[in-house]
Amino acid sequence: MQALTNKAQAVNRKPMTFLERLYLINIIKGMMITFSHMFKKQPTIRYPEEKREFSPVFRGLHVLNRDEEGRERCTACGLCAVACPAEAITMEAAERVEGEEALYREEKYAAKYEINMLRCIFCGLCEDACPKDAIYLSETFAPANYTRKGFVYAKSDLLIPNPKTEATAFAEAKGVEA
Amino acid sequence: MSEQTLFKVTVDGITIEVPAGTTILQAARQIGGQVAPPAMCYYSKLKGSGGKCRTCLVEVSKGSEKDPRPMPKLVASCRTTVMDGMEVKNITSDKVVDARAGVVEFLLLNHPLDCPICDQAGECHLQDLSFDHGKSKTRFEFQKRTFKKHDLGENIQLHMTRCILCYRCVFTADQLTNKRVHGILDRGDHAEIATHIEKSLDNEFIGNVIDVCPVGALTDKTFRFKNRVWFLKPMDAHRDCPTCSGRVTLWNRGDEVYRVTARKDEWGEIEDTPDGKPGWICNTCRFDKKNASDWVIEGPRAISRASVISQGHYAGNVGTTIPNETFKAVNGGREPHLLMDIHDESEVNQPNIHLGQNHGASHGDTFNNKTENA
Repeated sequence: MQALTNKAQAVNRKPMTFLERLYLINIIKGMMITFSHMFKKQPTIRYPEEKREFSPVFRGLHVLNRDEEGRERCTACGLCAVACPAEAITMEAAERVEGEEALYREEKYAAKYEINMLRCIFCGLCEDACPKDAIYLSETFAPANYTRKGFVYAKSDLLIPNPKTEATAFAEAKGVEA
Repeated sequence: MSEQTLFKVTVDGITIEVPAGTTILQAARQIGGQVAPPAMCYYSKLKGSGGKCRTCLVEVSKGSEKDPRPMPKLVASCRTTVMDGMEVKNITSDKVVDARAGVVEFLLLNHPLDCPICDQAGECHLQDLSFDHGKSKTRFEFQKRTFKKHDLGENIQLHMTRCILCYRCVFTADQLTNKRVHGILDRGDHAEIATHIEKSLDNEFIGNVIDVCPVGALTDKTFRFKNRVWFLKPMDAHRDCPTCSGRVTLWNRGDEVYRVTARKDEWGEIEDTPDGKPGWICNTCRFDKKNASDWVIEGPRAISRASVISQGHYAGNVGTTIPNETFKAVNGGREPHLLMDIHDESEVNQPNIHLGQNHGASHGDTFNNKTENA
């Protein structure tokens, strides 16, 4: 049979010599490779003490935004829910009544807003669809949980702290500017 | 007339024969599809409507067989009748496309663009029109007009800022009810739909103004902010109604009726009943019959694939019948050890809250009967 390449080699069937049968040299060779890695730079990041920096376009845990005056931006228009390919977002709308003007930006607001993190695939289409700048995917990921129930995130889990009434929490959540 | 004279008219290169006296718009609608000009104010079921919004402008490139001169300006196709041998250009004319983009810009001058909170979003003719024919930018740099809020009674919500003054609701009240109590007050920029003075609209057929309104100016208060139309299931249904045809579309969520509207055809107009009359529905059917048991369900309504309402809807009866739970059958009668009922955790769409039964919009306390589980 004609060889396709000239790299083919005949199998060497000679019996091993005494030194080869000892395997000692090969073991030492292998140990040397292992040992040499002790002096190389470690790729491991010791999570959770150390955290890897995310890129600014990282799509992580959702947050529901407020405006400068601390009013919720979401008006429950349903565009995030209709854009969501995993059907993770559900909401229920309510009408703003008198006296709630400081809480909600528009006449209609999301009384209930839920993201099922078991379903979410972090594609960011909700962020793209939002006409009110209300939903953003932040540079962090959803924390682990012991039960599946803990992954249905309600509005209280998603809303950012109010910059007016909870200024310290807001500054903390915002983090240091890069 | 012993015999109806038929006129030959060509719209965008497609020739059709229509009876004399037909308007260009009606002839184009008989051809159908893209050839039919959009219409915001014209409503074939309302006498006298049309001629106001100018969205249906077309170019007549040949007046008729006898007088082949073209018409000097674009004409409103809803008010211009066809002549024999007339040639009309709609989407094939650059002039028309340009003029329509201008008309859309004018219609949107004072429109608040509050589609995210508007209940009409998803079935709004102005949304469709601006999407299909409009430009993405406005050149308007001034304050949009605002109005003092008028209360039109407990069933109909008026958002005057969204109104495009098409007069359809005025014609509806004139032609369906014996006494019209609302109309257009003032002139020019101040023109507004209102009652004089602060009356509520309570005629039995006045609810039809909601269906004829091409924008979200007149919406259903019993459906206010309940849900977006594209998350609801439109179902054809009927009931034996003594005052109206009783043929409606139910907008359901699960088995709950959130909204009742008349059936609309592909032009967004009320469908005719089998005996040829327009299928207007009465207020009792529209606002008070919100139980599934009030209606005989005929089946899911066919929705155009181009509409956002068709998202999540499938052919046939998919989604309208509840599938059987097969877990026990395939596991020898055993219940699942771990089963997460979404209602234990989720606060949305709770089984004990029946939004369809509430008359008006939900408020913060509507959802708070469930105890907070921390």
